[in-house]
Amino acid sequence: MKPDRAFVVGVFMLLAAYPLVAGGYGIDLVAKIMVYAIFALSLELLVGGTGLVCFGQAAFFGIGAYAAVRLSPDDGPAALAWLLPASMATGALYALAVGALSLRTRGVYFIMVTLAFAQMAYYVVHDTPLGGGTDGIYLNAKPVLGTWLDLDRPLPMYAFILVCLMAVFAFLAVLRRSRFGRALAGIKSNEQRMRASGFSTYPYKLAAFTVSGGIAALAGFLFAVKDGFVNPELLSWHFSGAVLIMIILGGLGHLRGALVGAFAFTLLQEFFKSEAIFGAFAKHWMLGLGLSIIFSVALLPRGLVGVPAQWRERLEGRGAGARGAGAAR
Amino acid sequence: MTQAQVLLRGHGISRRWGGLVAVDDVSIALERGSVHAVIGTNGAGKSTLVNVLAGELAPSAGRVELLGQDATTWSQPRRARAGLGRSYQHTHIFTNFSVLENCRLAAQARAQRAWDWWSDAGRCAASTAAARQAAERAGLGELLQRSAGLLSHGQRRQLEIAMCLAISPQVLLLDEPLAGMGAEETERMLALLAELKPGHAILLVEHDMDAVFRIADRITVMVNGAVIASDTPEAVRANPAVQAAYLGTEA
Repeated sequence: MKPDRAFVVGVFMLLAAYPLVAGGYGIDLVAKIMVYAIFALSLELLVGGTGLVCFGQAAFFGIGAYAAVRLSPDDGPAALAWLLPASMATGALYALAVGALSLRTRGVYFIMVTLAFAQMAYYVVHDTPLGGGTDGIYLNAKPVLGTWLDLDRPLPMYAFILVCLMAVFAFLAVLRRSRFGRALAGIKSNEQRMRASGFSTYPYKLAAFTVSGGIAALAGFLFAVKDGFVNPELLSWHFSGAVLIMIILGGLGHLRGALVGAFAFTLLQEFFKSEAIFGAFAKHWMLGLGLSIIFSVALLPRGLVGVPAQWRERLEGRGAGARGAGAAR
Repeated sequence: MTQAQVLLRGHGISRRWGGLVAVDDVSIALERGSVHAVIGTNGAGKSTLVNVLAGELAPSAGRVELLGQDATTWSQPRRARAGLGRSYQHTHIFTNFSVLENCRLAAQARAQRAWDWWSDAGRCAASTAAARQAAERAGLGELLQRSAGLLSHGQRRQLEIAMCLAISPQVLLLDEPLAGMGAEETERMLALLAELKPGHAILLVEHDMDAVFRIADRITVMVNGAVIASDTPEAVRANPAVQAAYLGTEA
């Protein structure tokens, strides 16, 4: 087994075994991180896979979360079998509409247009009865799948999120190797050459944008079901920025980078927020988090997943230097 | 020469940006089995003409015919799928892919199947065979697995031509394929162009006059966006207007 694949399999095995040794807080924290990892994977498809830097990804997450709450009946639980796809479809449809317009632009304009659309969605849920205003909305009853999956209990919820994460990871891994995925990689590498070769790149980018929106909505759905609550902050630009930082921190262009980045970002956040470690200074956690991310990005240009290769090259460089010096003597 | 052999034709093509006329009423015909060179000083409008013919830029006036059909409003990808390959002045390849993957992706463009987007790109036998053949034809058969980012400048130019060949084109628009090449690489590229000539209509934009006069069957000379001469190499060499404007009076 290749080292990269072994790493991912190892991570999933650890995640599966984690509830055996963890308490309630740990299980809830890792479940939240796995939701973020799905969210980060959705953005990785765009940024690392297609070269589209979307700064409005939180809108798809938030719409998936709000759809989970809004589409649930007031008097009882919804069936997971239709609520989950319906929430994903809502996010994907919104992404299709946003993508159809924003993909007409490029570079920094694309970044700003996606941000503008996300801010529009934010203010819709913030300022209208649809989103319940700043207070947000509670989910009356968590969706059910027959009688055997009770998402009200932490362990089934954890297991369900883990299965979703593995499914999304596997889906994107297969997609990367597919004809569609290679075309996206070509667009990222050199869109002009792709067009000169005969690819109409717009439909490819729009399809990627829509799929990404659907996956982000899945993450939003899981977040809403796990916490039983949604608020407009789920659509905020801070959150779009945070998920961008996750994939940069983990290593752009690698699916496992999104996974590692989600863990690194959230654990760093928890670390700097810890009053047990930082006391009263913990309220300035953003300072510590920001500085550590700046240092990480400056020192690890290929992200955390690029560290082994970076060290190997450094060691080989030293070895070659020593051999060169030896030969010179 | 019969009319049917003309694969790409530009009629009265102009391209303006505000008051700047980059290409001014240029007509050109590319015939199968011939190399048609376009020469001119920097800024003469050669690359703009190529961009209009390739569909990368819309003409301000004029018409483009590809394989006998009016292709003026066709997008660049549609023209490529119809059989028009082009290389750029600055090499456009996928530097993070291997040589084979570069060609395979180009070959995949010819067989885009919406229902088959999911299958493994590496297992598509038709695309892989076309890619391998194109790379071998361009002289890169020994380097199929090498990362394109590690190729020399000359090999990158060869790869770009291989990517053009992978889409099975009938027309090739080559924008300065010899730029920055050493003598050996230039010879290799000229040999490749000579080999490609019989089955293709080739438009060659080039500054290397020795190479142009060796390989071209017809030469169009552009100055300030307009054509001042379009004839056989011998006639162009003897043309006083060309000598004065471009080649120098001692030529």
